[in-house]
Amino acid sequence: MIIKNNAIVADDWAVLRLNEQDSAESAMIPEGRVIVPLQVWLKHRDVLQKRAEIGVWLASDERPETLKEDIGKFSVIAIDFPKFSDGRGYSIAYNLRARCGYAGELRAIGDVLRDQLFYMQRVGFDAFVPRPDRSIEDALKGLTDFSEVYQTSINSKLPLFRRVQRKGNTAANAA
Amino acid sequence: MYRYDEYDQQIVNDRVKQYRDQVRRRLSGELAEEEFRPLRLQNGLYMQIHAYMLRIAVPYGLISSKQMRMFAHIARKYDRGYGHFTTRQNIQFNWLKLEDTPDILADLASVEMHAIQTSGNCVRNITSDEYAGVARDEVVDPRPYAEILRQWSTFHPEFAYLPRKFKIAVSGGKEDRAAIYAHDIGLSVTKNAQGEVGFRVLVGGGLGRTPIIGCEICEFVPWQHILTYVESILRVYNQYGRRDNIYKARIKILVKALGIDEFRQQVEADWADIKNGPGTLTAEEVTRVASFFTDPAYETLDDHDSKLNEFKADNRPFSNWMLRNVKPHRVPGYAIVVLSLKKPGSAPGDATAEQMDAVADLAERYSFGEVRITHQQNLVLADVRQKDLIRLWQEASAYGLTAPNIGLLTDIISCPGADFCTLANARSIPLAKLIAERFEDLDFQHDIGEITLNMSGCVNACGQHHIGNIGVTGVEKKDHGEWYQVSIGGAEGNDSSIGKIIGPSFTFNQVPEVIDRLLQVYLRERTEAERFIDTVRRIGHAPFKEHVYASDFAVAEEEAAGKHEVAPAQYALPYYSPRF
Repeated sequence: MIIKNNAIVADDWAVLRLNEQDSAESAMIPEGRVIVPLQVWLKHRDVLQKRAEIGVWLASDERPETLKEDIGKFSVIAIDFPKFSDGRGYSIAYNLRARCGYAGELRAIGDVLRDQLFYMQRVGFDAFVPRPDRSIEDALKGLTDFSEVYQTSINSKLPLFRRVQRKGNTAANAA
Repeated sequence: MYRYDEYDQQIVNDRVKQYRDQVRRRLSGELAEEEFRPLRLQNGLYMQIHAYMLRIAVPYGLISSKQMRMFAHIARKYDRGYGHFTTRQNIQFNWLKLEDTPDILADLASVEMHAIQTSGNCVRNITSDEYAGVARDEVVDPRPYAEILRQWSTFHPEFAYLPRKFKIAVSGGKEDRAAIYAHDIGLSVTKNAQGEVGFRVLVGGGLGRTPIIGCEICEFVPWQHILTYVESILRVYNQYGRRDNIYKARIKILVKALGIDEFRQQVEADWADIKNGPGTLTAEEVTRVASFFTDPAYETLDDHDSKLNEFKADNRPFSNWMLRNVKPHRVPGYAIVVLSLKKPGSAPGDATAEQMDAVADLAERYSFGEVRITHQQNLVLADVRQKDLIRLWQEASAYGLTAPNIGLLTDIISCPGADFCTLANARSIPLAKLIAERFEDLDFQHDIGEITLNMSGCVNACGQHHIGNIGVTGVEKKDHGEWYQVSIGGAEGNDSSIGKIIGPSFTFNQVPEVIDRLLQVYLRERTEAERFIDTVRRIGHAPFKEHVYASDFAVAEEEAAGKHEVAPAQYALPYYSPRF
């Protein structure tokens, strides 16, 4: 089960993670819905792009621009959070959405915990695979921690000061 | 000052609710300490030696009397009757229980305050000039921009898990009073030749293990673009700042590694795309926020008060106080008053609940109900009528707030040190007390004149020792003993510099004598009206070093030992882990 578009849904995408002894070149890529590492995509692009559905995932030190030419070929792009404290994935997501024109499913995988979900959806994630040792129902609540935000981001194109009429100092205006 | 509208209040209320649930999950064991740690840190909650410490944000150091009274309430109800004002214009409470902290945040939210992002690897509290709006040399009032930056940085979704903490300071005077050269981003709001408002942007300054003075990345960013420009700096840092080594993770290391030109190019490449985008500031928003920082109802007054001069002539303590603690105001007949939290014998920056209440009252009566916290850990009443100075001095004296030592030797900047902090190697507070006692003589202090003495318990430099004219820091040695390194030549302001260590480190009890010897060299070498820092710059380190190490130290270690012990912890805490 994963969280997708604010709901808990069944999901059958598999994430291919290479072992240390595997190389991207020699990787065995299973049939069916699979999200492959960026390096595997780059090595097996010709074969993989013929599949009906394919996904790719980026590590936190990889660049989303690498996929710019291929961006329309994926059913899902995932970004891996090796540790919840590694915040590079937020900028990768922002760049994918804002600069690479990616409009498909953007999935957070790895060390994904409830208290990051609100920020993640703001930078463009719409699917989340919370850590398996945690309750997914509980994680879902993380998406609604805040009812208002200040800044512009992917899910709110205008900052608060452009979205609403905010009051100035009424005492000063009266004076 | 800025007042919350329903949006600000909603965001802070949501945070209290979210945090309350996080604490509940931690207490139930659902969250491991490792997972709770970054969550509590983003709320300013540290686990220290004796208890939890909560750092409360005081945006750009400005609070109302009502908010100050809330600090007094928190000190009484949840702490041990006092709090500690910090070099980043915040306040810390040192003796809290985890289970009380959600209620404390709810109390704070009721007076438009919070502890959001006062710690953690995120954008911290925005600091500014404590004399903003009243300084004579002010070019542009930095407060509206500091507030706009506060809102922009609050829960910024992309920059909550940066490689390391991120500090921004904004200053608007000709003279920098916000230590902008020592910040990750230093902003100087100014006007160009056409009279348009914009920012000189410095990047990559910072203290800590590798002290570096910030470099100019852009000479002038027009005000409309400041948020997007800062966003691009942070995006480059978030992607490329080092995450493999905590000591090399600050932006200064990235800027140094890339070089300022390459770093600037990367920032501008990112910026090209968002410049003029929806994040661009609007005149309406600046006007709205600025409407909270208009002048109070000043009276038309004269600068000269004969009664004041008479009293000054007859009263030495008062004239000393006038000389050191009262600063010129841009409006005739008014003055800026600095209330000293450096009374010899007390811990630098500490204030009791009684003092907080007294300051709140004084502010209400004499300064339009507002107080500022300085990065030198003192308090400021920014709008006092000169004719009220005598009464204010008398009343503040009753609460020990008029030590006439602002900018003098005993106006020591100090972190809480090893008495509270798990990171510290040194007992900075007892040492500050020891030094203040030794140099208590006011005539001597006045003779020495302007000097800054900054002390940090460890390399993290919360006491900003690198930019003290004299800096003292606790260092770790193989023998695990307590050792103190002394540096000279540091300075903040427009001619910021990083101090240089004079030589091998000292024991706790040797430090006052070391400072004495440094001052002896200064007194011997100075030319007329030359400040300590000027003498150091003119003659160099060698004469100071030579004199300090010329003879042995005769310090009665046994006598001094145990003199400045702090009370041990009186209660056990859940999830207490010493020196994590």
